[in-house]
Amino acid sequence: MSAREQILGRLRQRKAAVPASEQPDFSVLTRRQWSAGERLDLFRQQIESVHGEVMRVPREDWLTPLVGWLQQREISTLLAPRQHEVGQTLRAGWTAATGNKGPELRAYDRPIEAWKPELFSEVDAALTSTLGGIAETGSLVLWPDADQPRLMSLVPPIHIAVLDADRIYSNWLELLREQDWAAGMPANALLISGPSKTADIEQTLAYGVHGPAELLVLVRQ
Amino acid sequence: MAKLYPAKPEKVYFFGTCLIDMFYPDAGMAGIRLLEREGIEVIYPQGQTCCGQPAYTSGYHDQSRQVAEAQLDLFPGDWPIVVPSGSCGGMMREHYPQLFAGTARAEQAQAVAERIWELTDFLLHVCQIRLQDLGEPMRVTLHTSCSARREMRVADAGPALLQQLDNVELVEPERATECCGFGGTFAVRHEQVSAAMVSDKVQALSATGAMAFATTDCGCLMNIDGHARKEQQPLSGEHIASFLWRRTHPAAEDSR
Amino acid sequence: MTAEPTFHTRARASLADPQIRANFRNAMDGLMGKRTAAFEGWELEELRTLGAAVRQRALSQLPDLLEQLEANCERNGIRVHWARDGEEACKVITELCQQHQARHVIKGKSMVSEEMELNHHLAGAGIEALESDLGEYIVQLAEETPSHIIMPAIHKNTGEISDLMHAKTGTEPRRDVPYLTSAARQQLRTKFMQADVGISGVNFAVAATGTLCLVENEGNGRLTTTVPPVHIAVTGIEKVVGGLEDVAPLLALLTRSATGQHITTYFNMISGPRPEGHLDGPREVHLVLVDNGRSEIWQDDELLETLRCIRCGACMNHCPVYTRVGGHAYGTTYPGPIGKILMPHLQGLAQTQDLPSASSLCGACGEVCPVKIPIPQLLVRLRREAVDGDKLNPSVVRGHGVKRRRLEALVWRLWAWGHARPALYRFGLALAQRLRFLQPRRLGAWTRHRTAPVLASDSLHARMARRDGGSS
Repeated sequence: MSAREQILGRLRQRKAAVPASEQPDFSVLTRRQWSAGERLDLFRQQIESVHGEVMRVPREDWLTPLVGWLQQREISTLLAPRQHEVGQTLRAGWTAATGNKGPELRAYDRPIEAWKPELFSEVDAALTSTLGGIAETGSLVLWPDADQPRLMSLVPPIHIAVLDADRIYSNWLELLREQDWAAGMPANALLISGPSKTADIEQTLAYGVHGPAELLVLVRQ
Repeated sequence: MAKLYPAKPEKVYFFGTCLIDMFYPDAGMAGIRLLEREGIEVIYPQGQTCCGQPAYTSGYHDQSRQVAEAQLDLFPGDWPIVVPSGSCGGMMREHYPQLFAGTARAEQAQAVAERIWELTDFLLHVCQIRLQDLGEPMRVTLHTSCSARREMRVADAGPALLQQLDNVELVEPERATECCGFGGTFAVRHEQVSAAMVSDKVQALSATGAMAFATTDCGCLMNIDGHARKEQQPLSGEHIASFLWRRTHPAAEDSR
Repeated sequence: MTAEPTFHTRARASLADPQIRANFRNAMDGLMGKRTAAFEGWELEELRTLGAAVRQRALSQLPDLLEQLEANCERNGIRVHWARDGEEACKVITELCQQHQARHVIKGKSMVSEEMELNHHLAGAGIEALESDLGEYIVQLAEETPSHIIMPAIHKNTGEISDLMHAKTGTEPRRDVPYLTSAARQQLRTKFMQADVGISGVNFAVAATGTLCLVENEGNGRLTTTVPPVHIAVTGIEKVVGGLEDVAPLLALLTRSATGQHITTYFNMISGPRPEGHLDGPREVHLVLVDNGRSEIWQDDELLETLRCIRCGACMNHCPVYTRVGGHAYGTTYPGPIGKILMPHLQGLAQTQDLPSASSLCGACGEVCPVKIPIPQLLVRLRREAVDGDKLNPSVVRGHGVKRRRLEALVWRLWAWGHARPALYRFGLALAQRLRFLQPRRLGAWTRHRTAPVLASDSLHARMARRDGGSS
């Protein structure tokens, strides 16, 4: 008999049904609602509390403040999407915004196998879009795809995420209901809440242990 | 869930517990007198022995059931059963129903369980006692037993009662909610761990600057007080009922 | 020849080690405070009730959910494997590695892989398995096992870790956490790039969507499940839940209970391998479902509640015994209160007989458990099983009755006989009190640390009998 048959067989042979639980009541989660203004404040407060940085930027011109931030840090290479609206906007306005003073724009345009060492050591920062934010936990929602692969938000030392202020939900449950995640999940979905960190050495926080040491969120308003 | 407190009854049963019977009868008398002073008639069934907990927590449930069964018939009237211990109270209220599940005594055990009250909770919330402190100013600290806190959920009662005493300064020890390390047979089966726990507890209680502590349970009392004595620490304890009675009764010391 | 170390001997050693005592006390104090702060503003009781209900519901549908999980994972392109025990799971994983000629495996944190000693098995097949969670990495360098399920290296302080890394990896001997952390990052990045297979655990497996959820802070879990061409996820069969919505309360409870975080840095939901046209992610994803005793626990209504566990570690953080002896004293994969109620099933009571009694039943574990596992009640149940103490409810756990001793059983029978006969009890007590001058001053273990309680001259019974005029 296969392991599968034996395990399921044992489970199916139970003498009586498992005592049913009380009907789960999710209101303890769903009643935690905030207004749009409160959501933005809470989001910011939460993500800052875990060493993330929030920059509010105008929707029409978010490149200027971004470039200022990058140039101040002397970032030399930035990985950005090609197809997504944020990538297109950024690429269209890049020369004007940077005055050709960098950083250099890169694209994740090959399978990882073709440029692993480069991605791991030569890219300073990566910019991605987000599907939304979560106020309660200060989280960003990402569904990586061909244009914005999984490692963009993970391997470079700095991750910059673009978030639209009107897409900040109160909590994850609300978001996954409204965006109907149950209808179909992507191969990979992520909640990102701050830069990579560890407290494994004597409970002392240290950032950037495996992923980015810095997370900048551009909140477009 | 908020607990529903009944109106003060005319009578109560008093289940004194075996530790009090053997080692701390003064605490039992104090509890009875506090209830009587509130105008309640206290019935002390002479047939009582032990709630059965020592065997229960040691895994000997047949023997626990045998002893517990002998207690079930002691409370024929529909009066509350007051227990001056969170531990024995917890056994009777929380574990009797399961211990007797599926037996002929199941219903009776359930009914008894529902009438169990821990003494301090009963004094505070049912009797709505108002204490008049007659003692000299002093500082005291409190150890609420884990069973009073987590099984009976009456951790608010001890501090509230002590705070009614005008001349008593109640100081909370560090890590007040941590166990003193008694745990019945745990104290001997896991001697070293238990000793480390009670040593820390004595240190925490002493660090409050109080020389005296009160506690809701005689198990904790025996453990903490015994360790303090063994280590010749200037800390001594008593059951909270004894303390309350002593502070609020003129010449309580010789009122046997 | 020395005897096999027991909980007692290991606990005694920990208690005598001031460094271990201080490391755990400080860490646990911190974690308790953070947990409390993280639940501020929450209706915690309601949330725990919801967490328990969601887990209990999943367990009540376990076989159906496992089949559903399997079907949806397969539909998503995740290959599902089943293993009756740790041995079989190791075999499945080793074979998968061999199929890909894997020499280097990188691992994310997984307690079930510790449970089945996977690294050991892989090493036997010539496959190097490297732990990438910083705490696990440190523990692996030290050739130890985790002492806490969330913070594996909590028993070590910075100095000890600095010395260890210096000796094993050649870092500078600096007691500087950011330096040590970045050194580990450099060391492990190379390994991530080389790894042929990534192995991870699973925090929640969602049946309705075929999704594997992983909770982590470091990013090593994401690297493990993204960079190598093959990802193998391994999990106990009890980790399955119905739908994504069920994960919401469990996630809210897990991270706050564990480390007092509102959420971890990464919540990684994997529902398939790299899709056509995508540029990263593993080409293959495998899920290994491990039973290893769980289907046995599941047969009993009371014991089954053990399986609600979401591995947050709050029970250990709040346990006065764990705080004092540390994780290694237990000698088991899962230490602390959850270990005491889980390990007897995985190893049998004969191997774990000192664990259920190693508790004062203070209830702190049950009070903080995010899914309301009645841990103290389950400890009592296992104590009962260990002595076959209940004729009405026969024992079922492997190795039951192992602690039953004739003399002890006789003592309890005598105790019951005396306490079930009130007249005899009163007579005996009165006699003892009359003869109390004979009371021994020394009562073994009790009086090594405390004075003996003194029998009163007069019982409460006698006083009340006199007062009530002999009526009862």
